[in-house]
Amino acid sequence: MESMNATSEDWKAATRRLAAGEARLVDLWGDDGAVCLALASPEIRVLRLACPDGAFPSLAAVHAPAIRLERALADLHGLRPDGAQDARPWLDHGRWGIEAPLGRAGPRATPQPPYPFRTADGPALHLISAGPVHAGTIEPGHFRFHASGETIVRLEARLGYTHKGVEGLMRGAAIETGARLVGRVSGDSTVAYAFAYARAIEAALGLEPPARAVWLRALAAEIERIANHVGDFGPICNDGGFALMHAHTGVWRERTLRVAEAAFGHRLMMDAIVPGGVAVDLAADAAQAIRAHVTALRPAIKRLTELYDKTASLLDRTVGAGTLSRELVERWGAGGYVGRASGRDFDARRDHPYPPYDSLRFEVPVRDKGDVDARVWMRILEIEQSLSLVEQLLDGLPEGPTRAEIAPAAGEGFALIEGFRGDVFVHVRLGPDGRLVCVRPRDPSWLQWPLLEAAIEGNIVADFPLCNKSFNGAYSGVDL
Amino acid sequence: MRRTLLEGLKPPLTESAALLDDAELEALAAELKEGARARLGRGLSIRQVDAGSCNGCELEIVALSGAYYDLERFGLKFVASPRHADVLLVTGPVTRNMREALERTYAATPAPKWVVAAGACARDGHLFKGSYAVLGGVGEVVPVDLYIPGCPPSPRTLLKGLLALMRGPQPKA
Repeated sequence: MESMNATSEDWKAATRRLAAGEARLVDLWGDDGAVCLALASPEIRVLRLACPDGAFPSLAAVHAPAIRLERALADLHGLRPDGAQDARPWLDHGRWGIEAPLGRAGPRATPQPPYPFRTADGPALHLISAGPVHAGTIEPGHFRFHASGETIVRLEARLGYTHKGVEGLMRGAAIETGARLVGRVSGDSTVAYAFAYARAIEAALGLEPPARAVWLRALAAEIERIANHVGDFGPICNDGGFALMHAHTGVWRERTLRVAEAAFGHRLMMDAIVPGGVAVDLAADAAQAIRAHVTALRPAIKRLTELYDKTASLLDRTVGAGTLSRELVERWGAGGYVGRASGRDFDARRDHPYPPYDSLRFEVPVRDKGDVDARVWMRILEIEQSLSLVEQLLDGLPEGPTRAEIAPAAGEGFALIEGFRGDVFVHVRLGPDGRLVCVRPRDPSWLQWPLLEAAIEGNIVADFPLCNKSFNGAYSGVDL
Repeated sequence: MRRTLLEGLKPPLTESAALLDDAELEALAAELKEGARARLGRGLSIRQVDAGSCNGCELEIVALSGAYYDLERFGLKFVASPRHADVLLVTGPVTRNMREALERTYAATPAPKWVVAAGACARDGHLFKGSYAVLGGVGEVVPVDLYIPGCPPSPRTLLKGLLALMRGPQPKA
């Protein structure tokens, strides 16, 4: 899966297709003095444009979903997007001591000026700023609200606080080190990231992992989806003032994590998936424990769904709150429950099929209201599908080895995996010594976060936690 | 629906406190000069600060408030502001972008105060050590009283760490 070396004309043609909605933006990143663009139409291909004079034609100038990706790549690589309207830094808060850490990596010439936040003008508007340290146990980010009374006129998020330099740490690292790092890009999606990374490495090396490993990967991925969806369902209700649901779902999340630990030796299943296969085979009796859990969880979710659906005071908060239009999710190519709750019928497991999902039966539930309620329902409906997938995976689990040997070599590959939040994209480039030259993990939240700012407009400030939790965007996942 | 509302969580799911009383807790307590109880009595208010974690530690910290671990029965509770806190529970390799926020949170916490660094990253930066964007462990920025190991630490280990903080080292017999 070699990327295509593009001319400036190829690049501009691709940006025009994205702007016209003929192709979908998958990712935009920098790699060793070049910019790379992954786009789907519907097959994914990667364009690579060398930037000998340090600049490239801005994609964001014609296609807004690329704005934050482009700002991040400009910060990290020092490559200039020509024609970009928003030239503000994104990940670079002026605190690294250097500029363009993945480019020239030189000392910062002048101190970074204060971040120019967007403003809103009008009578009786006031400004509320929150974060990066929040009142609850959540990840750090800064949010600015312009409000008229209680009504939000404009929300602007500033992220990047948890930027750890993952792409820099990947450079020159061994394949195994890369697997551990990618599993810590966003802890709640450790399985999805490790899965995508493993498939990207295997694509680069032309390696086929053993069948049992492939099925175990999907088993871990579905358990991760269940744990996160159950873990979102209660807290969304809690942010709507209904703590009881949180108490119940907290118990079911805990039980799910205990089953994960019994099966894969780690509650979040970190480092379970590795290039070549899986690091741990299913523990003895684990299949039995997983089945028992599925049998108990299914009716429990049914009861809690009934409770949700009949509690008028809770529905009063979720129905009609934080409505996101179909037009925006389609334009952004927003994946996961955010896209599907607004009518975007997309799931990487079905639309970019990878084994073992091509031999499993499942549906992709879609709703069209695009409000908090629809995003709650996406979780409920997807838990149901994942429970069925877990049973199918246990029924059909092949016997045999769980790991293939890796023969390091040069190569390039990518993979798209449906994590609980949406499609996780990982692109890798390996050098002739088999070490990592460039690894790019793209979180689904890149294409979801900006839509929160649209969905929140006209809502009251007190509904922000509720709307935010219904998106549950990744911070570490996009800060990298 | 009525049953779900009225019956609640039955039978009681909370783990026995006796299960938490073991060598791991003693080992954690031995790291401390003095237990928090001697200074503050039976209650500790905790402010969690994510200084750059991958969110794995946060997932397990959130679990402490659930029915299985129920940390409030030990007099431990999470508070919304550092001004109400006795303990900062800090996770993550401290990123350069979070340094000032952590320093300001620490400064806003009234003395006497304790800092608990939770997770492998909070000890020394773990896999992120050496990055241009990371300072290293929490101890690089604020004084740390106790480290809780793990990637991430399980809720049980976290609970033991917080109990050890209250208890402090046992007097030698």
